[in-house]
Amino acid sequence: MYTYRKAYRPFVSPNDPCPPMWVKTYETPPQLYLGFQPYGMPQFPPMEALRWGTLWPALFAPYSNPYKQKRMGGYRWNGQMNGSRYTNS
Amino acid sequence: MEWTDERFKVYQQLMKEIQAVDFVLVELNLYLDTHPNDQQAVEQYNDYVRQSAALKSRFQSMFGPLYGFGNSYTTCPWSWKEAPWPWQV
Amino acid sequence: MWVYEKKLQYPVRVNKCDPRMAKFLIEQYGGADGELAAALRYLNQRYTLPDRVIGIVNDIGTEELAHLEMIATMVYKLTKDATAEQMKEAGLGPHYADHDKALYFHNAAGVPFTATYFNAKGDPITDLYEDIAAEEKARATYQWLINMTDDPDLKDGLQFLREREVVHSQRFREAVEILKEERDAKRLF
Ligand SMILES: [Fe+2]
Repeated sequence: MYTYRKAYRPFVSPNDPCPPMWVKTYETPPQLYLGFQPYGMPQFPPMEALRWGTLWPALFAPYSNPYKQKRMGGYRWNGQMNGSRYTNS
Repeated sequence: MEWTDERFKVYQQLMKEIQAVDFVLVELNLYLDTHPNDQQAVEQYNDYVRQSAALKSRFQSMFGPLYGFGNSYTTCPWSWKEAPWPWQV
Repeated sequence: MWVYEKKLQYPVRVNKCDPRMAKFLIEQYGGADGELAAALRYLNQRYTLPDRVIGIVNDIGTEELAHLEMIATMVYKLTKDATAEQMKEAGLGPHYADHDKALYFHNAAGVPFTATYFNAKGDPITDLYEDIAAEEKARATYQWLINMTDDPDLKDGLQFLREREVVHSQRFREAVEILKEERDAKRLF
């Protein structure tokens, strides 16, 4: 099982004009990993297939705005200036 | 025929069932284009062709033809040209 | 030839009256990585591809036409009942001045559609790699569009379209493998 979203911390400069986004993300969806699709993979029933946009759960990668998920440790700036301001680690 | 709320509901319900079955057919079609020897997928495809035909004949008897150019039977008056078109629903 | 079906591929719903979103969605109607560019790219490349991969390119090109109709439906619904005043407020004044509510093949910045958005190089691997890139670019565009709306119904349709790009990319990648012809050989080791 793969993760379909990766994150990194961009360098934050004291000269940046906007409050920093500490963590940025990018998508790594399933077609990057599946290879040539094997025979007989599990399927969604028809209504769910339509709903999710694919017949195969292995090819399904949901997407929602990553900067709206507060939970995930600062995908959105939390208003605090803390230690990592001057580093990119 | 007049569009009551009830009739509209039935239209949407039946249409969604067709969309689900036809979506499975789209997915299997693309899959079979690159996996032409998958016997199981071929059987599933043919099974869904039957299901789609049955659903569509029911739909068309109530709401008129889904296809022009000779791919659906027609009544008099010619109802193919009647609203709603897909983007209007 | 093609047979028109009097149905959408997916039940498109728009909940919020938000003509501003139509201005952004038009990117996928007449933009560089939009559905028109996708459909025309594949349906044009298919003539000069090896027989083994014509089917997949032909069929994905056909599905893109269904997606074009879905995007058009979203734009149509979002602008259908907007007044001239609302169009102006939504940043659609320049569009309205030229087209009223009519759809037009241009991108979100108003640049008209052009054939230079896609290529047919005649080299099958090159063309399929362009197709894979096109799918990833369309996927990314859908992500940015999803980030800009909070209408759950509209998001739902956009998520469906984004997921289709994932599947198309997968199939084009498989088409490349088919042309490489070494798959069975590899299995022997
Ligand atoms: Fe696509």
